[in-house]
Amino acid sequence: MSRHLLTGNGAAAWGARLANVDYIPAFPITPQTEIIETIAEWIDKKEMAGRMVTLESEHSMITAAGAASATGVRVFTATSSQGLLYAIEMIYNVAGWRTPFVLVNVSRGLSAPITLEPDHNDVLATRDSGFIQIHCATCQEVLDSILIAYRLAEHEGVRLPVIVNQDGFYLSFTREPVEIPDATLTAEFIGEYDPENMGFRASAPSSQAVAVLGAGPYSYFRYETHLACLQALSVYDDIAQEFKERFGRSHPIIETYRTDDAEYVFVMIGCFATKAMDAADRLRESGVKVGLVRPRFLRPFPEQQMQNELAGRKGVAVIDQNLSMGKGGVLHTEIASALYGRQDAPPVLASFIGGLGGRDISAAEFYEITAILQDAVKQNKTPAPRLLYTEAELRAMRKLQAIAHVERQELNSKT
Amino acid sequence: MTEKPIKRFKELPSTHLLGTGTPMCAGCGGLEVLHEIYDILGAKTVFTNAAGCMTLLSVYPFTPFRGSWLYTAMASAPAGAQGIRDALDILLEKKRISPEEDLQVVTLTGDGTAYGMGLSATSGAIDRNLDFIYLCYDNEGYGNTGQQYSSATPHAAITSTSKTSHGYPGYKKDLFSIWVAHRPVYVATIIGAEPLDLAQKIKTLQGLRGPRLLLSLAPCPTGWDFDPKLTVEIGRLAVQTGIWPLKEYKDGRIRHTKIAKQRKPVEEYLKLQGRFKHLFEPERAENEIAKIQERIDQYWDKIIDTDE
Repeated sequence: MSRHLLTGNGAAAWGARLANVDYIPAFPITPQTEIIETIAEWIDKKEMAGRMVTLESEHSMITAAGAASATGVRVFTATSSQGLLYAIEMIYNVAGWRTPFVLVNVSRGLSAPITLEPDHNDVLATRDSGFIQIHCATCQEVLDSILIAYRLAEHEGVRLPVIVNQDGFYLSFTREPVEIPDATLTAEFIGEYDPENMGFRASAPSSQAVAVLGAGPYSYFRYETHLACLQALSVYDDIAQEFKERFGRSHPIIETYRTDDAEYVFVMIGCFATKAMDAADRLRESGVKVGLVRPRFLRPFPEQQMQNELAGRKGVAVIDQNLSMGKGGVLHTEIASALYGRQDAPPVLASFIGGLGGRDISAAEFYEITAILQDAVKQNKTPAPRLLYTEAELRAMRKLQAIAHVERQELNSKT
Repeated sequence: MTEKPIKRFKELPSTHLLGTGTPMCAGCGGLEVLHEIYDILGAKTVFTNAAGCMTLLSVYPFTPFRGSWLYTAMASAPAGAQGIRDALDILLEKKRISPEEDLQVVTLTGDGTAYGMGLSATSGAIDRNLDFIYLCYDNEGYGNTGQQYSSATPHAAITSTSKTSHGYPGYKKDLFSIWVAHRPVYVATIIGAEPLDLAQKIKTLQGLRGPRLLLSLAPCPTGWDFDPKLTVEIGRLAVQTGIWPLKEYKDGRIRHTKIAKQRKPVEEYLKLQGRFKHLFEPERAENEIAKIQERIDQYWDKIIDTDE
């Protein structure tokens, strides 16, 4: 084991390297590119075994990933944003193929308008695909989650692909101290890939991903995939426990921070949750009992654990770094459905949207969110969802438009 | 070439490997060519399939294939071939499977994929020099959805999306040349109605590694509107009239493998098909028929000049 300063992308590449992957179908996209560049260099220098192939699109990349996995090799791939959406037909397909490979998604906001900076609408577009989703908040967690993800994906009771998600820029390009475990220890932990009955061999021909006729077989396979995904919850605890014993780091399905006595709770996914931790510390200094609940898994959704974590709280603020147009925050909706009808559910479950396209969520905004929660609890009334945006931001936006307007007028007057 | 050319039907395999009872239409020219090819390539194959008529060959839990099959999606069957080929190579290299377990990877798609949606994935696979065979059954339209026109539809053909008396206004895309422009190891046109020519080409490509295209015209009774018993005859006429030139590209050279001494008039091919009926009824569209004939003649005039 050794300690290094690694970016999230560097940590992801190390995860793939230590997982002894056989095959890496790739396609460059910001902010994911550093992952495949790092792996390509290692393979060139023979520091890493494995074969990397650059496809002509993410749609083909995921097809090749699924096809290779279905043939019986261990596969790693990575993408972001538009790439993930370009591949989404195949994202659904390969989950249905039950091919257990790992995809790192480096979250980035979706077009339009086009941006390079992060939010979670990209990964949430895959929510219903059958992929397991693990959301990371630190670079260490990225590396560790990839290792754990292979165990989970390849488990005989699961056999599903996994997305390990990290935020673009804030994690992908930020260096943090990361412990790189010893390769012999990770090899022991992960083991050889056993494709079970999956594969194409001359002596054992098979037809995979074939059509079905009628709703009976269709529903059968769709239900099977759903049940396998749910099964990942119980399987995960054993794998995470083993990981903790071997490497000393704990990665629960839901991470909590100062929730033991918390009356108010922030719920967030991804690395912006670390901002909420900092805000919770400061709020506690002023006497407000605040904590953070950060689900690492969105699929399967840890319903029971979430109910337990939120039971008896006075107020909960779900801060979504995504926006479902015409509805609101996706995480808020998911949590509301998990809590509905429960006696111990918090009386106030407020929704806030922030952090779109990399927009910061400031400490002041966490304080404001807390004040709104406290007020709502007093009035026993959940407030309307809030779209976080400051007056200063609006002024800056108007200024930008005014400058462009004046510039255009000047250009026009010269001609 | 030292190999003896295939000249007699007796030299073709007599065992038929593809199972019966598929849901393909009676007289399907695509199934005809697949039968012939499968008999020669054999069961040590894995097909990657794109959305199309042939997707219905393998319907859970049945398959007519003695070998393997993976359905992918309309746009990315060659990428499926890439994943399987690479994985098999990795398994062989790491000795996780024995060489006897290896398979020939074959991509199987219709013209909608080969000429259109899958062209990017195909181009990428050729760029990467992927060792695979691409078999396109070209029935000149989106056959599985009821024969809407595709970029493989010939000029003047009536389709479900070109129903007027003029038919399809565009011209059939030259996929053979698009492949050749990539400089792959082998490109050939074939047709089920000429099994000896087909068998010879498969024999040739079996000795090669890299991207190899078999582009087969696939007479389609339902899409082209003719009696299923005419599939073979229409196929032969496609060759005899010169509208479907049989040729191959190898070693940087294009060679025509069947050059008719006396080409039949194209109307013999056209008049058997309902999709061209408007050229003959209620009255003969002389100009239109002449223009179609002229394009064929121009093609062959050029060929006879340059071909050896």
